[in-house]
Amino acid sequence: MAEPILTAKNIVKSFSDPIEFEVLHSVNLEIQKGEFTAIVGKSGCGKSTLLYILSTMDTDYKGSLSIDGERMTGLKEKELARVRNEKIGFVFQFHYLLNEFTVLKNVMLPALKLNKFPLAEIEAKAMQKLQVLGMEDLAHKPAFQLSGGQKQRVAIARSLINDPIIIMADEPTGNLDSKNSQVVFDTFMELSVKFNQTLLVVTHDNSFAQSTGRIIEMDDGRIVNETKNLPLQ
Amino acid sequence: MKLLLSIAITLLRARFKQTLVAAVGVTFGITMFVTLLSFMSGLNHMLDSLVTNRTPHIRLYNEIRVDSVQPILLASKNPKAYHFIQSLKASNARKEIYNANKIMNALSIDPRVVGFSRKVSSPVFFNDGTIDISGFMNGIDAEKEVPLFHFQDYVIKGNPQDVKNIPNSIIVGKPLAELLFADIGDVVQVTTAAGERFQLKIVGLYQSGLADFDKTQSFASIATVQKILGKGSGYITDIQVKLTDMNAAPLIAKEYGNVFELDAQDIQAANQQFETGTRVRNIISYAVGITLLVVAGFGIYNILNMMIYEKMDTIAILKATGFSGKDVKRIFLLISIIIGISGCMAGLVLSNLLCRAITHIPFSSAAVPTVKTYPVDFNVSFYVIAVLFSLLTTWFAGWFPARKASKVDPVVIIRGK
Repeated sequence: MAEPILTAKNIVKSFSDPIEFEVLHSVNLEIQKGEFTAIVGKSGCGKSTLLYILSTMDTDYKGSLSIDGERMTGLKEKELARVRNEKIGFVFQFHYLLNEFTVLKNVMLPALKLNKFPLAEIEAKAMQKLQVLGMEDLAHKPAFQLSGGQKQRVAIARSLINDPIIIMADEPTGNLDSKNSQVVFDTFMELSVKFNQTLLVVTHDNSFAQSTGRIIEMDDGRIVNETKNLPLQ
Repeated sequence: MKLLLSIAITLLRARFKQTLVAAVGVTFGITMFVTLLSFMSGLNHMLDSLVTNRTPHIRLYNEIRVDSVQPILLASKNPKAYHFIQSLKASNARKEIYNANKIMNALSIDPRVVGFSRKVSSPVFFNDGTIDISGFMNGIDAEKEVPLFHFQDYVIKGNPQDVKNIPNSIIVGKPLAELLFADIGDVVQVTTAAGERFQLKIVGLYQSGLADFDKTQSFASIATVQKILGKGSGYITDIQVKLTDMNAAPLIAKEYGNVFELDAQDIQAANQQFETGTRVRNIISYAVGITLLVVAGFGIYNILNMMIYEKMDTIAILKATGFSGKDVKRIFLLISIIIGISGCMAGLVLSNLLCRAITHIPFSSAAVPTVKTYPVDFNVSFYVIAVLFSLLTTWFAGWFPARKASKVDPVVIIRGK
């Protein structure tokens, strides 16, 4: 088997406020390229906590984390920011666009930060990503004028802009109606099937999880069950 | 950096009103700072010039004093004995400067000297009916006093050159002329200490702004004063020296005192109270100006702090998508500095306009006859100080909120909703 994209070993996370409390007990996880993984579990089981550790945003944990063969644990804040910029795409529950900017600029920002390509190329690429999600008509609108479902699709376009090796999503459909949820889900499906994009999604939506390639069930800070579905068509 | 700047500007534009309020705070601070300093400095210069224009940088004269070498000290008997001499009196005191011509030759080739003028001064009485008014008569070189000591500025009526051109003429202080009920063209009677009486014709009125001084002073040509004192044309009591660098006066005065064996008084020693006054006024205006800028700084601090609370989501998303804490800090520092610079520029323009307006406000004072409007010192250094200080204040005002923004934990914001 090829080198996994993401490896987490013995991840232990505890909060010390108000009393010492362990939320993750020695979690081990590997994610291979192209996998569409869903983490499910009850509210408070630690699935989001795990995701934020895997995303490098939360650095207060024990254990070790490697992404793309590079050890993340112990890296400086600036280095981690670079990794997030270059290798990880994010989609959050509350779609989090920058309201001051246009849709297009929102999508472009991570690429501008990466600063690998000239402006015109970044803009063309951002337009192309918006096109994939069917949002190109709204490119020049200010972000705050969009509906929830539209915002979430723009957020997905933004997560794709730097061609990340993995996209992480925290309850991407949690704040959307069923119609928009379906759109977002279809989008993820398309990314997985068409572009072989690696995806890691935290969700409590079981129908969503059932359609993914790999389901990791968590309870009380442990991985309790893992199911591999048939390869997607 | 360009990207961070464009983000900073976008955030500013989104909060245009708040930004404007903060910038106006800086503008106000800078405007008042520069205007206050310019105005204060203008007034200071005017008040100082009351004295410094008329005062020579170095005055060479002979002080009447007891001879330090008494005859008994020259006696060879008991050379080690200590002599107690009581009730010493100065005798044969000559106010005249010895070798005045040689001294003047030396001064005229000294590169540190702009120019000098001779003076003969003598106490006199002005007779008005039965009343004698005591005063001083100064014999001056009108053609040298005018360029060196701005003499013409203080002759409010008549022509200063007339004392030279019209024989037996005199310029008297305006308050003195009022006491004598005399005006230009009238004749006053002057009595010298030796009892000689002279009739002199008033050709001008003098007003320096120092009323007590004006009440006792009068000016005539050197020849006139020498004549009423019954002295020859070599009789000079003072030499007034103007230097290229006023601050060097104490040192040069000491040197002249030793070389010429005369008393030499420098302008700093003669007018210490003016320098003290100037310094205190400067301290006050700087203190007020800096306070204004610090208040403006607090305004920026508040608005940035508010902005950071409003923009928590933005900060979190920037961090999640790969902007480091340092980038976020830079963005907020840039916001602060943009507010500072734009406020400062507007402040500089406004303060210049305000200063120009002040120079048109009429100002008349008997003390300064030449000044008709309020004086303002258009000194570039005030503007430079204002720019530097406003940048410093806004940088500090921005730094603390910016650091706070850089420490925002994206996980807390993203999960906490």
